[in-house]
Amino acid sequence: MSTLEVSPADTQPGQSSHAVTNDFSIQIATVNGSGSQTANSVLMRSLFQMGIPVSGKNMFPSNIAGLPTWFTIRASKHGYIGRRKEIDFLVAMNPETAREDVMNLESGAAVVYDEPLKLDAFRSDLNFYPVPFDKLVAAVCPEAKLRKLVRNMIYDGVVAQLLSIEMPEVHKALSKQFGKKKAKAVELNWGACQAGFEYAARTFTKTDPFRVERMNATAGKIIIDGNAACALGCMFAGVTVVTWYPITPSSSLVETLMGYMRRFRHDPETGKATYAIVQAEDELASIGMALGAGWAGARSMTSTAGPGISLMSEFIGLGYYADIPTVVFDVERVGPSTGLPTRTQQGDLMSAAFLSHGDTKHPMMFPSSPEECFSMSVEAFNFAERFQTPVFVMTDLDLGMNNWMSDAFEYPEAPIDRGKVLTAEDLEKLGGFARYKDLDGDGVGYRTLPGTNHPKASYFTRGSGHNEKAQYTEREDDYINNMDRLAHKFEAMRKHVPESVVRIAEKAKIGFVAIGTSDYAVRESCDQLKSEYDIDASYLRLRAYPFTEQLLDFIGRHERVYVVDQNRDAQLLGLMRLELDVSLIAKLRSLRYYGGLPLDARTVTDEIVKQEGK
Amino acid sequence: MSTLTTTTPGAPPPKKVNRIGLEVLNYKGSKTTLCAGCGHNSISERIVECFYELGVEPWTVAKFSGIGCSSKSPAYFLGMSHGFNAVHGRMPAIATGALLANRNLLGLGVSGDGDTASIGIGQFMHMVRRNMPMIYVIEDNGVYGLTKGQFSATADLGSTLKTGTVNDLPPFDCCALALRWGATFVARSFSGDKRQMQAIFKTAIAHKGLSVIDIISPCVTFNDHQGSTKSYSYMKDHETMLQDLDFVPFFDEISVEIPEGEVTDVELHDGSHLRIRKLHRDFDPTNRLASLELLEEAEGKGEVLTGVLYLNTSKPTFLEHLNLTDEPVATLPESRIRPPKAALEQVMEELR
Repeated sequence: MSTLEVSPADTQPGQSSHAVTNDFSIQIATVNGSGSQTANSVLMRSLFQMGIPVSGKNMFPSNIAGLPTWFTIRASKHGYIGRRKEIDFLVAMNPETAREDVMNLESGAAVVYDEPLKLDAFRSDLNFYPVPFDKLVAAVCPEAKLRKLVRNMIYDGVVAQLLSIEMPEVHKALSKQFGKKKAKAVELNWGACQAGFEYAARTFTKTDPFRVERMNATAGKIIIDGNAACALGCMFAGVTVVTWYPITPSSSLVETLMGYMRRFRHDPETGKATYAIVQAEDELASIGMALGAGWAGARSMTSTAGPGISLMSEFIGLGYYADIPTVVFDVERVGPSTGLPTRTQQGDLMSAAFLSHGDTKHPMMFPSSPEECFSMSVEAFNFAERFQTPVFVMTDLDLGMNNWMSDAFEYPEAPIDRGKVLTAEDLEKLGGFARYKDLDGDGVGYRTLPGTNHPKASYFTRGSGHNEKAQYTEREDDYINNMDRLAHKFEAMRKHVPESVVRIAEKAKIGFVAIGTSDYAVRESCDQLKSEYDIDASYLRLRAYPFTEQLLDFIGRHERVYVVDQNRDAQLLGLMRLELDVSLIAKLRSLRYYGGLPLDARTVTDEIVKQEGK
Repeated sequence: MSTLTTTTPGAPPPKKVNRIGLEVLNYKGSKTTLCAGCGHNSISERIVECFYELGVEPWTVAKFSGIGCSSKSPAYFLGMSHGFNAVHGRMPAIATGALLANRNLLGLGVSGDGDTASIGIGQFMHMVRRNMPMIYVIEDNGVYGLTKGQFSATADLGSTLKTGTVNDLPPFDCCALALRWGATFVARSFSGDKRQMQAIFKTAIAHKGLSVIDIISPCVTFNDHQGSTKSYSYMKDHETMLQDLDFVPFFDEISVEIPEGEVTDVELHDGSHLRIRKLHRDFDPTNRLASLELLEEAEGKGEVLTGVLYLNTSKPTFLEHLNLTDEPVATLPESRIRPPKAALEQVMEELR
């Protein structure tokens, strides 16, 4: 248990006797475009460097400058790094939202705010710390036009003083943020930070209970966002052709990849690239290029979000029907249409699973952490070539764009699997081949790459009806044979997809099934249910579609299984309904959240308690 | 590996082969299913002849097409080349991806006027903008054949359908678009003109950038009537050939002296030469602006100009812009595409 060790009701302003150590959340409310990102990252990293498990979530508008944005940092000695609903410590910098931000706090919370906002007038049950930001920044930053940029660093100093964050760690985080080349920026920001610290030290008497204390829970760990982790996975998977079109929240995946590829994927002698990255004119083109490249033997990929997935629909059907490998990253955001482009959701499960017209179905992988973003990206390229089909790696904005604490990634030791590709030598021995003939019983034929230096190498790839020899056909039996082979191939994938992670609670009558970023809330909720309600709950985290036998066993051994969906229509549960036996379907319950914020444990717990009638 | 031996001792007299020992048969595809008399079949025949005569290794060629009658045709030539029949209007993306993966492939795309100028205008323009090194043939008949005779976006203003419906929108001139926005070899021809088409195709094979070849190719079933501007008879009356073209492949010795003033000799990337003998008017096909002006003028006069409209042998291709390694990235060994463990450790350290 944990997050409610000290309920806000226990804490009155002016009392700091019940110290709450390393177990609270800080929310920083600013205006987007005000340069708060540096200050927020530095604050988060300082806690991380003090060995405290930490997570950071950026809630930002689809806008360049001037709209409200919130950054939430959670410190948790128990290692819970999912979103926490309750805010314990508010830094109110945005006049537009300040009143609402303060009104939403629970009793006993702390508020650092810009003095002219006079927020202390709104509540009497909070701990207020007014700071004259403009006055402080003017003193440390003589150059007026730079003030806007360093102003936010002042709250880092104030918060550090109030929470007992070690200032040398703040300085270290700041230096890391700017890098060695920007010593001047470090100096300027550090001055502002110190000014905040000193102001707080001489002005405030601490009345709130929140504080930090050095731990040793982050040694060896890294801080990274899921998009960067996927990018690294792609590079170490040996990706060779990347075609994409910018879209929030996936853009940074390829942008980060470009940076890494420039560093590590140029020939040391010639300086030439061992890859191509092309920004296409739209997603119709980016998926077409990825498929063309996959067909020609590249390890190809594209990265997108819901609207892009919609546009890729036609081509994905061709990829499926003509057996072409490629990897599609879908960093999901809130749909339909433009929806809430900077909020998170697992809303593309159904559309990705069956993308395109006619009978189509596609494998999906569901990473839930940066480590899995890395390892599953590597895996996805092998899988795509092994099964000669488009593979979807489904992440979301929460995983993709937020900073996560993670174990360091393990180098992929297994060799790259290029699947069934015939060389000129093979063709010479075989005397020819039939592209779509299922020789191995797994539905996967042998292919040749264009450019293979042999008169028997060629075949014709088409989206129209084709037989085993890739010849045009409209015959009923040829069509059925081919579609059955594709269905069989999908079945064969079940034995090769990443397995589920299963945690059985001995006496549990209920279980959870969840994917991706729901993991953090579900794991924390399992602990809450046990400690607060004495409810035992097992948990199966699916890591891929098609589902494996493990899911059937798991549902079989529990009375009720709650399928957690971050979408309105229970899409994950819907996928299960389509293939499970009715006796198992009868046990499924739906637990849904679709408001666009990262799922939190309290929401899960409250819903279970309600549905379980406790 | 590779060349097929065609002679065996004691057999009948050796068959005719090209410089790499292949017969013309080796450049053919399966039997056409297009209508008898369709211009597209003539174009397929020219492709077979040109690739045969130049001795192109067919396994180095990748054929691409979209959807439509024209796009069916890659099955009817170069059977020893890989082919990819993509989705409607989006062949450029497939071709671009394949050529990124394997820069050594000779890309040959065949599209139609609907596939290019209607549904595919976006991808066409971006391929043009990139000067993607490939050959892009538009088999242009101004009409949709497979869906039984609707106008496409190259149908001329005032031309009529078989039903009598008049086209009241102006056409896209794909050649004008291509030469204005980045293609480096642009030509127009007529499916009935064997000699001109051959010189143009061979030039395209030797050219290292994007070749856009718009070939008026009458649809005998839906657009060969009175009132059509893409019919055999209309072309007979309105075609104006700009030049007399002569292609000299790199492997032939140039023996004939070039008469000064009349013939422009352009050396192509592979050492071949295109000799352009001016016909009726003074026009320099290396001058983009002059080409545009000429096309504009011809449109006003109702002329269909055929020949080389633009040729630029120096502009870098998209693949050159990307600073790609010389070998196809698709088949690089693991050691060159997976950075070493130390690289990952370095990145991890930076993130701690």
